[in-house]
Amino acid sequence: MAETVDPEALGRWLCAFADAVRDAADELTALDSAIGDADHGANMRRGMTAVVGKLESAPDAGPAALLKSAGMALVSTVGGASGPLYGTLFLRMATAAGDRTELDAAGFAAALRAGLDGVVARGKAAPGDKTMLDALVPAVDALDARLAEGNGLRDALRAAADAADAGSDATIPLVARKGRASYLGERSAGHRDPGAASTALLVRAAAETLG
Amino acid sequence: MTVNGPPVGIVVVSHSRALGTAAAELAREVTAGADVPVSVAAGLDDTTLGTDAAAIATAIATTDRGAGVVVLMDLGSAVLSAELALDLLDDVGADPATRDRTVLCPGPLVEGVVVAAATAATGANRDQVSADAAAALGPKRTHLGYSWEPAP
Repeated sequence: MAETVDPEALGRWLCAFADAVRDAADELTALDSAIGDADHGANMRRGMTAVVGKLESAPDAGPAALLKSAGMALVSTVGGASGPLYGTLFLRMATAAGDRTELDAAGFAAALRAGLDGVVARGKAAPGDKTMLDALVPAVDALDARLAEGNGLRDALRAAADAADAGSDATIPLVARKGRASYLGERSAGHRDPGAASTALLVRAAAETLG
Repeated sequence: MTVNGPPVGIVVVSHSRALGTAAAELAREVTAGADVPVSVAAGLDDTTLGTDAAAIATAIATTDRGAGVVVLMDLGSAVLSAELALDLLDDVGADPATRDRTVLCPGPLVEGVVVAAATAATGANRDQVSADAAAALGPKRTHLGYSWEPAP
């Protein structure tokens, strides 16, 4: 139970996310075929496979270099809107990590908050638009709240993962206002947002590997 | 609007390399022999659909000859990737002034890139090139007598 997040821990997190995306790829693509262009699972699997490859080729990278490498791999290999959005998340986390060799719990939470702010700026979406933000915003809010109450990183991340799952569930009845699904208007209701689903996997992977 | 100096460059961003390459080919037809640089950042490879912000940044960097670049995009992630590319210009070694000389044009891809190339060939500046490209659906709308306007 470490209260700090070092590059090795970040690597475990990204590898766990890659595994989760691979396992859920067909499900994510099925969600996307209902309201999008049926490529989210395949795109994220391709992107995270590239990220894991980068991790293996640069084992000594610090947190910022590691996160930047992950972000750049995603922007160049995902292909769909998730590329620039997840890419921005990790690139902003890298900037927030600065030159530190490891992040404490507050530092990790601040980096994730910076990543979230980047996703908001890039996608110009808001909570309730049926996007990845519907999982990410409650997750980061829960993480901050639990840490502020004095909980450890692991417990706070578990609460964040639960909040992300609930946020993903809550996208099901929503009408999409951003992205390809918004072309469907009211017909987008009744389906889980694929981006919220993959974001919930990202936060769950953090809860299982960090803290 | 005509100035002496390097022409404005044009970058075509599409999910499809085939579509981007063909759109650029159409654009080069209308430059009347003027040396307008037209670059393509489209697809993840020859057959995989997708956009790559790093590739777009490289295309912008290499297409700016000093007068700037107008970027035409198709849809969805092409727009997000083009916006992200502006943040990656330093990483690809772009001239520090290139970011402020880059215009992301809201015009339609095919009509837009053709009009952009034709306008750039006259020596117009990047704002004029982008404005003309953004209005590129006008002649088609007029010809078809199409009067419906989208909600703002």
